[in-house]
Amino acid sequence: MSDENTAAGPSRRTVLKASLLAGGGLALDALIPLPAGVLDAMEGKTAAPAQLSAFVSIAPDGTVTIVSKNPEIGQGVKTSLPMMVADELDCDWSQVRIAQADVDQKRYGEQSAGGSTATPKNWLPMRQTGAAARAMLLQAAAMKWRVDAGELSTARGRIFHRATGRSVSYGEVASVAATVVPPDLETVPLKEPGQFTIIGRSLVGIDSARIVEGQPIFGVDTRLPGMLYAVYEVAPAHGGRLVSADIKAAKLAPGVKHVVPIIGNGDADTGLADGVAIVASNWWLANQARSKLAVDWDLSAAKGHSSSVYRAKADAAIAAGAGTDLRLDGDPAATLASSAQRISARYDYPFIAHATIEPQNCTARYKKGRLEIWAPSQTPQRGLGTLHDALGIAPDAVTLHLTRAGGGFGRRLMNDYMVQVAAIAKAIPGVAIQLLWSREDDIRRDYYRPGGWHSFEAGIDANGDLVAFSDHFVTFGDGKTPARAAGFNVTMPPAGLIPHLHYTQSMLPTVVTTGALRAPGSNALCFASQSFLDEVALAAGTDLPKLMLSLLGERREIAAPDNRSPSFDTGRARDVVEKVVQTSTWTQKPTERGRAKGFAFYFSHRGYFAEVVEASVSGRDVTVHKVWVAGDVGGQIVNPMGAENQVRGAVIDGLAQALTGQAIEFIDGAVQQSNFDDFPLARIPMTPEIDIAWVKSDKPPTGLGEPALPPVIPALTNAIFAATGTRIRSLPVRVKTA
Amino acid sequence: MPYRLNINGTVRRVAVPPDMPLLWVLRDELGLVGTKYGCGKGLCGACTVHVDGAARRSCQLPVGSVGHAKIYTIEHIGGTEIGARLQQAWLKIDVMQCGYCQAGQIMSACALLGQTPQPNIDQIDSAMAGNICRCGCYNRIRSAIRIAAGMEEETGRVG
Repeated sequence: MSDENTAAGPSRRTVLKASLLAGGGLALDALIPLPAGVLDAMEGKTAAPAQLSAFVSIAPDGTVTIVSKNPEIGQGVKTSLPMMVADELDCDWSQVRIAQADVDQKRYGEQSAGGSTATPKNWLPMRQTGAAARAMLLQAAAMKWRVDAGELSTARGRIFHRATGRSVSYGEVASVAATVVPPDLETVPLKEPGQFTIIGRSLVGIDSARIVEGQPIFGVDTRLPGMLYAVYEVAPAHGGRLVSADIKAAKLAPGVKHVVPIIGNGDADTGLADGVAIVASNWWLANQARSKLAVDWDLSAAKGHSSSVYRAKADAAIAAGAGTDLRLDGDPAATLASSAQRISARYDYPFIAHATIEPQNCTARYKKGRLEIWAPSQTPQRGLGTLHDALGIAPDAVTLHLTRAGGGFGRRLMNDYMVQVAAIAKAIPGVAIQLLWSREDDIRRDYYRPGGWHSFEAGIDANGDLVAFSDHFVTFGDGKTPARAAGFNVTMPPAGLIPHLHYTQSMLPTVVTTGALRAPGSNALCFASQSFLDEVALAAGTDLPKLMLSLLGERREIAAPDNRSPSFDTGRARDVVEKVVQTSTWTQKPTERGRAKGFAFYFSHRGYFAEVVEASVSGRDVTVHKVWVAGDVGGQIVNPMGAENQVRGAVIDGLAQALTGQAIEFIDGAVQQSNFDDFPLARIPMTPEIDIAWVKSDKPPTGLGEPALPPVIPALTNAIFAATGTRIRSLPVRVKTA
Repeated sequence: MPYRLNINGTVRRVAVPPDMPLLWVLRDELGLVGTKYGCGKGLCGACTVHVDGAARRSCQLPVGSVGHAKIYTIEHIGGTEIGARLQQAWLKIDVMQCGYCQAGQIMSACALLGQTPQPNIDQIDSAMAGNICRCGCYNRIRSAIRIAAGMEEETGRVG
């Protein structure tokens, strides 16, 4: 790096840095602040990052290298974000190489995966960076040919001067481009949507070819010289503490090298849980040796934390009447009292696990005060903070490599496995340690989607209009703050769409760790509210699509009450409802005996989704025949092949939550499920045909990891009602036979 | 116990207890990490390998029972005609999301096409029901198998 130009952009914090690559060529680093408010609005309970970054380089041979800084968990971001850079750069996709970045806050800003935020956050900055690099290459060619840059054009990684018929490849002028003053990012010209050559194309994932060959790319594939394999035995109940451990027999077990009792920092939720590590030459040998451990646990904190107790407490909370106010519009009590028709119902759903197919794992080596980690984490930077808090290891003493993760779904927003392996590695300095949880560990020590209960009431006036609505939500928390991912969303429809509405909340304490699961909050709230609204619609003599359209009313934007969350566009909502009504040839009437359609709509993670499920019921068996999805995530689908996979995956995920019997239950804090026999996942025979229709509004693109999931569950349960007359008010679905 | 195993056409020597599942011999003794751990109970299929041509869950296969059987893993499957066709089909429609289960999926699909070169959807579902894809790539797994089999894509449950 010999030559460097730095141009201050229009914002004081925008930095675009061009430098000469070591072997010749252009390296462009962009550090781009997002406008205030944009970050806060993005599902943001996490600390807002100061800036986004983009890194692109062009070698003399024309190879374009784009750094992918975010974790890849199957959402496709390692392919879709570089597509944005490459398109504006106007190179050929075959020239592009993707380099996975290590974790480095100073260099890369935020590196995380979650909240379906990568697409909306990166859409402009990534394109601006690609466009800036292209402008510099054009300038370099203009200097070389002594012509005006305005006379030049580009295509597929070459620059053309039509007047003289000359052309040159990007690689040939890349070194000169490194000496050009970078343009102003905010004013660098961007393509019109019709000019895209890469964005909007169905491209194969950047790692796919390695995956089908079984090449090592996942966290558990990490292999280091002299590496040993570890398991971490934790208390059999949530909230348990280690009292004493007899490790003599385990130490003598075949292959076992170390047995290390570890006292955590007293914070099993965000820190380090007590446990006993067994480290062996082979993971299976380490896992086998667990039966030789004799550990005395203090489980007193978990006493009474049982599913049956939670249920009874929720019943009592609902019987006691409304909890604390979350939202009060108009005068719902009086309106309900004077309604022509009042209907009420209770809904509930269980705790469920993420069950990423790659169990939690992490690899670490601690040597001379420095820690090196290989982690499949969605929030590696938060992990650094946890390492510091729990183990006193400073972030600058840690080198953190990101591996591909075998699924995330929100589970890897937490870094418990990272802190555990660091504690083990610290106890055995100089030796690389791979911690792998058994499936049983993974099911029993999750940050579960918390269960919840809803007591709804609705008032319908003499015209058949919904005029009042209330929900008393019973969730988990300390009385002041809900547990992680256990909060309510006060914009849940019909909020903002009717004049009289009351949302209230009560909390139950829990020792169980809870957390975000794909479409957190929405995955449960949508089931309860859209199912109850289906009841309301039928009671009012209409159906749910018609009720939603009448509630949505005129096309307008409704600001979120906090003025930070995304506003709600009733026009975009109307369009997806109308679209799916059309594609599914919607009808409330059963299509044949025991077979019918159900509808639901939801807005979450900036995406608008309306879905119809056609299902039939025979005895206790529910068959899903077809699912129609209409979604609006903006005017441009970045990678249609990846986008459709996200939608199909979300639909199947939701059907699995409803139909396979997924429920995590506790007895005195001990999880009763352990593996895929008692916590089932979807399998191929239950997979329906899935029809996807994009409604392309004139809006910037938003994320797809989550918003297609919530509506499919109530669309299914509403279909079951239409087919059988049995209303499903509790998940997982259990169809009672007469 | 010392064992001589025939893996991917090569004799490999290991010294492990007889009840160690083949999965852990492959992963932690031989460094063949393409075969994945998912459940340890034969419930998810991530660990599927071929034993004398049949798809088997390697987490349920004690190494002591393997004997002289010919074992093939995902690392070798591209060297077989059906395996190569499956890999190409998988990439043609980019079946995967996270990708972790796909080695097992391809191994099961390969055994299916060895037995039933032109499977219908029900035959595919039956052969693949033991392989969990947590991301839900099932529509594309059906499609990719039919593409690899040289069949027209059936409309309906594929896509």
